This record gives sequence, C-alpha cells and structure tokens, in this order.
Amino acid sequence: MPVVLFLLIAAAFGLGALMMGGLFRLRRPYPEKLMPYESGIDPVGEPRQRFSVRFYVIAMLFVVFDVEAVFMYPWAVVFDRIGLYAFVEMLIFIFVLLVGYLYAWKKEAFRWE
Amino acid sequence: MEINIQPLVPEIIMAVLALLLLLLELFVRRKETVGLLCIASVTVAAYYMPQSFGKAFGGMFISDGYSVFFKFLFFINLILTVLLSIRYIVIERVNHGEYYALMMLSTLGMMIMASAGDLIVLYLGLELMALSTYILAGFIRHDIRSNEAALKYFLLGAFSSAILLYGITMIYGRTGTTGIALIGAALAEGTVDPVLLLSVTALLVALGFKIALAPFHMWAPDAYEGAPTSVTAFMSVGPKAAGFAALGRVFLTGFGPLTGEWSVILIVLSVLTMAVGNILAIQQQNIKRMLAYSSVAHAGYAVIGVIAAGAEGLSSMMNYLFIYALMNIGAFAVVITLRSEGFQGESLHDYKGLSRTHPVAAAVMLVFMFSLTGIPPTAGFIGKFYIFKAAVAAGYAWLAVVAVVFSVISAFFYLRVVMYMYMHEPEGEPLTLSLSPAIGLALLITTVMVLIVGIYPSPFLAFARIAAG
Amino acid sequence: MVELFFGYLAGAVVVLSLLVVFSRNAVHSVLWMLLMFLHMAGLYLLLNAEFLAATQVIVYAGAILVLFLFVIMLLNITEEMRLEQFTVGWPMGVSVSLGVLIAMLAALSGFRTDLKGPWSIEAVERTTHTKALGKVLYTEYMLPFEIASLVLLVAIVGAVYLAKKRLR
Repeated sequence: MPVVLFLLIAAAFGLGALMMGGLFRLRRPYPEKLMPYESGIDPVGEPRQRFSVRFYVIAMLFVVFDVEAVFMYPWAVVFDRIGLYAFVEMLIFIFVLLVGYLYAWKKEAFRWE
Repeated sequence: MEINIQPLVPEIIMAVLALLLLLLELFVRRKETVGLLCIASVTVAAYYMPQSFGKAFGGMFISDGYSVFFKFLFFINLILTVLLSIRYIVIERVNHGEYYALMMLSTLGMMIMASAGDLIVLYLGLELMALSTYILAGFIRHDIRSNEAALKYFLLGAFSSAILLYGITMIYGRTGTTGIALIGAALAEGTVDPVLLLSVTALLVALGFKIALAPFHMWAPDAYEGAPTSVTAFMSVGPKAAGFAALGRVFLTGFGPLTGEWSVILIVLSVLTMAVGNILAIQQQNIKRMLAYSSVAHAGYAVIGVIAAGAEGLSSMMNYLFIYALMNIGAFAVVITLRSEGFQGESLHDYKGLSRTHPVAAAVMLVFMFSLTGIPPTAGFIGKFYIFKAAVAAGYAWLAVVAVVFSVISAFFYLRVVMYMYMHEPEGEPLTLSLSPAIGLALLITTVMVLIVGIYPSPFLAFARIAAG
Repeated sequence: MVELFFGYLAGAVVVLSLLVVFSRNAVHSVLWMLLMFLHMAGLYLLLNAEFLAATQVIVYAGAILVLFLFVIMLLNITEEMRLEQFTVGWPMGVSVSLGVLIAMLAALSGFRTDLKGPWSIEAVERTTHTKALGKVLYTEYMLPFEIASLVLLVAIVGAVYLAKKRLR
C-alpha cells in the first residue's frame, strides 16, 4: 500500500508539474522556434543514423550476462539454506558461461575494431 | 539431498567435450582436428550409454530404452554429418571449429529432449537444440541464402517455442505439474475440458513445427535449401527425430488418457503432410528443395507410428526414423559430393548422365532414391512396411492405404533423379566430384547399412522393439 | 482495490500492445513496448512475484529493449515507414488471431482456481517470492538451471559468430 501511494504521488507530481507549465506558459510558435536546436545551425538530414553492427554484438553479450546475473539473486537469497549444493551448482553455471566469455574474448568481440 | 547423476553421464560427457571443442577452436589452426575430436567424443559418450539406465532429478530426466535408442540415432546423425562436413565447409570457406561445437551442443539438446521426463526440461533441451541449429543454418555468413535460411528457421522456431510454452503453462495450470508422467496420472482421473484440448493442440502445433508436419512445414523448404548442405542433412534428421522422441513421450505418456482426441488431429495432419510433401516435391528442380519436401513427406509416414500407438506403433516409428536417417544423410552426401569450388551442383539437371561420368556415385544415389521411395530390397521398404503393419494392426488400415498411394506418387520424383542419371546424356562440362576419405566413409556406411537393413532387418527391428518396451 | 489495479494494468497492457503493433514508426513501437513491459511488471507485483517484476524491468526493459533499439537503428527502416502497408498476409494473420481468441474464450470455462500445489499463495507470502523461487530453482529444478547455462553459451557463440564484423 505505501508503494502504491508513493507511485500515485510520484505520478501526480510529474504530470502535475508538466500540466501546470502548460497552463501558464506563453505559446507563440514560429518556424525557427519549432526547429530542433542544433547549436544554432539549421539541422541537416534525418535525425536517425544507422548504427554499426558492433553495437549489436555488445548488446547481445550484455543481455546474456545480464540474464546470468539475474540468476544470482535468488541464489544469493537461499544460499545459506542449501549450502554446498547451491555453491557447486552456481560454480558449474558460471564455468559454462566463463567458457563463453573466453570464447568472446579470444574472438575479440569486446574490441572496438 | 541425494543426487544421482548416473543416468546423465553421457550428457555430461557431451557437454564437457563440447565446451572443450569450443575452447580448442580458439587455439587449434587445423579445424579438421576439431571435427575428428568431435567424432571421438561422441564415441566416448556412446560408450557410457549402456550404463546410464535410470531416472534422475525426481523423474525429470529418464534414461530408458526409448531414449537410448534415440540417442544412438542422434550419435549416428552427428558422426555421419561431421564426416560429410569436413571437406564441405572448406569448400564453402567457413572452416571454423564452432561448427563442430555447435553440432555437439545441438545433439546434446536432442538427447535432453529424448530423455525429458518434465516439460520444462523438454523445453530447454528443445531450445538448446534449436538455437544451435539456427546458427548452423546461417553458418555461411557471406551467403545471403544461408542468412535467409537461418532467419526463417529462427522466426518460425521462436514462434513455435512460444506456442509450446503457452501449451505448457495451460497444462500446468490445469494439472498443477509439469512432470510428464504426473500429467498422465492427473489426466487419467479428470474429465476432458477445453483447456486441456487447447494445451494439447498447442503442444501438437509446436512439435509439429519442429518435425515439419503439413500446415507447419512452410519454413522447411526455404531453410533446407539455403542452409549449408551438411547442415541440411543434420537438421533434416536430428531435430526431426528429437521432435518425434518428444512427441512419442509427451503424447503417449502425458496425454495418454486423451489419445482419442489428439489422434484425430494427428491423422488429419499426417494425411495432409504426406499429400503436401509428395505432391510439392514433384515440381522441384533443386535437389535440396526436393529432398526438403521429401523429408516433410517422411514425417507424415513416421507420424502414423505415433497414431498407431502402443509398443508396436512406437517401435515402427523409431525404426522408420533410424532408416530415414541413414538414407536421407546418404542422399545428402551424394548432393555434397557434387558441390565443388565454383559449382553449386544443386539442380536436378546436374545429375544428367551421372552414371556415365561417375558410375559409383550414381549407383549409390540409386540405392538411396530406391530406399526413399520404399522399393525392396532397400531399408526404406522395411521402414514403410512396419509402419503400415502397425497401422493395420491398430485398425487404421485406410490410413496405410493412403500412405501407400502417396508412396507411389513419391516414386515419380525419386525415380526421376534415377532417370536423369541413367537415361540422359551428360550435359555441359564434365562434373568433378569433391571426394574425401571422410565423405567416402559416410557414403560407404550409409549405403551398406541401407542394404543390410533392407535384406536382413530382424536385429534392427528387435532393437527398436526392445527399446520401445 | 486490487481489482482496480488489476483492471488498470491489464487494460493498459492490452492498449499498449495494440499501440506496439499499430505504430508505424518502429522506434515508437519499442517505446510503447517499454511501457507495456513496465505494466507487466506491475501485474507480477500484484501476484506477489516481486522477483519476476524486478527481472522484467532489468532484463526486458533494461537489456532486451535496448537490443531491439539497436537492431532498429541498425536496419534504419525509413522507406517502409512511408509505405502504405508492407505485409500482404494480414487477413490471414487477423483470422488466425481471431481463431486463437475464440479458442481461448471457449477454453475459459476449463480454467480452475481451486487447484493448490505445495506453493500456495500463503506459502509464497510466508517465505517471500524470491526465496521460494530460489529454493525450488536450486534444488528441484537444478537440471533445467544448468541446461539454461548451455543455452546462454550458445547465444554467446551465435552472437559473436554471426554478427562479428571480421572473424578472426
């Protein structure tokens, strides 16, 4: 319940601030003002640029190791109760991914070429 | 907490050795060594197989005759396709060690699927198998067709995985368990309701995608055609057999009480599969595409074994898959020998006059085409014969008749290859076959086995029979 | 109160999903999806599954959506955005999804809430969700957990092999 209240207040504050601004501010648009600000220079071309595929490899590796990390939360919470078994299990899990890490490293997936 | 890992020993060996191969790839220059080590590791895992019988992790992992039979099938598939690959991936300029490591991991996934006593384990095994196979399908990075194959295979595979998970959640919600045997027990006492039917359908659709049953086969021709030929051989046998292993276990054990409901759906799918596979194969001019439709059709025959159910139906299905593995990989081996630097060798017209230029290759292809059609004294005949026998025994005589009719239709496109090889003059430049000791060995094994099983089938039948329990 | 929240979250998820599907701009789709994932996390919270909610935010909203954005930026689909319609199979798609909807509605009568396993709501509340999950995952479901590591390994190999610009 406190969480809900907190969320409600946070949402109300955020939205409220924006709406208040909208109510009171002056609105006199003209073409130059509506243009995106580019350090005083007229913008050229599309704002969206093609990303390099290098980002993809990094992002993919990030997802994999992110998931690995997520598995560690419940493990840490119950570690004291399961003990050695849990330790060995996690060791195997990490070892398998370590092989993957070594592979990615050796293939220079972490290097920005 | 007591953990019995004895039943898992072959899987653990496979996993450890697959990791080793992956690491070896980083340090070994000659990738052929990785391939040979891959075969060696399979032999080690196979050696420990007979001692692996039993259950582990509270019935989540079952090593019984059924799973061991399938695991041997996966090993044969892996060994033969590795033999095909060693020279082929050099020709395709993708001679990387990951190839073999991924094949090992994919096979490990199949083994887990065959042994899964729990739907979660089944799902993870399936995912391990499928993920590795997607990468293998796209292994020729510089070839756009390979990329397309991988993408199509991946998208539809991911879709079917989602459906599988959906089915699993519903069956869990309905029975409170994901254990296959426990589901069977829970369903035996309850009544049939729409949720059950929906989840049965979802699982059927998902596994149908994996074994390429008719309305869910659309990915197969494109994926099979674009993937590297050795991978096509691998994935037209391995994942399909693994799908059948899962189908047999989940539907006969888990959904056993609902046999009346799902067998109706499966019969429709089976007839549709045979029709689509055999009829569309006729129009194909690309041999890989033709063999893709043929493999769709063969799934249609094998499913009859599941419909017939019981030990006899199951063993006829297993037997059929074993024979199918041999003849299909053999046929793809011939296709691979035609591929050489700068020559695709995938068109049916490339086979014209093969008997004049390369009589041995033509004769071997003849054996495989006869076997795929189901003409005695080849193994294909034995496989079909026992499937039809099981169907008749289970009271589906009309289904057997339908299957025979489609077999006759299939003769048209299989024998057309034979006709091209023997009754046409060679066209264009003379072919050079890219042969190697490894591929020669693979061809020798498959040809000899297809003939031996065709002439003297009883030991193989007995093996399947014992394995099916 | 709980019903009200559920109604809001479920409704928002449906509306946001529709926005994801119908947005012309793929980047907008991803942003709507982000919002949808956050609402899904809210649904998990309502089910006392706080770990799942956190995972939803960390993994899906944090990592996977970033991946989505990268891929969209990688492809830079600007022409398709201007096309009237770039898929022709939509009648098929609509009929299939309608069929699934009808099947789901028909199946609704079979859903039961009286089934209780060892992990009832009270049991989960007593041990807290993360602990309950850890207990089951690292004892009973040890095997799937280890297989998952292999699946992740294959993902690493696949990403590096297929997407690396120059392979050594």
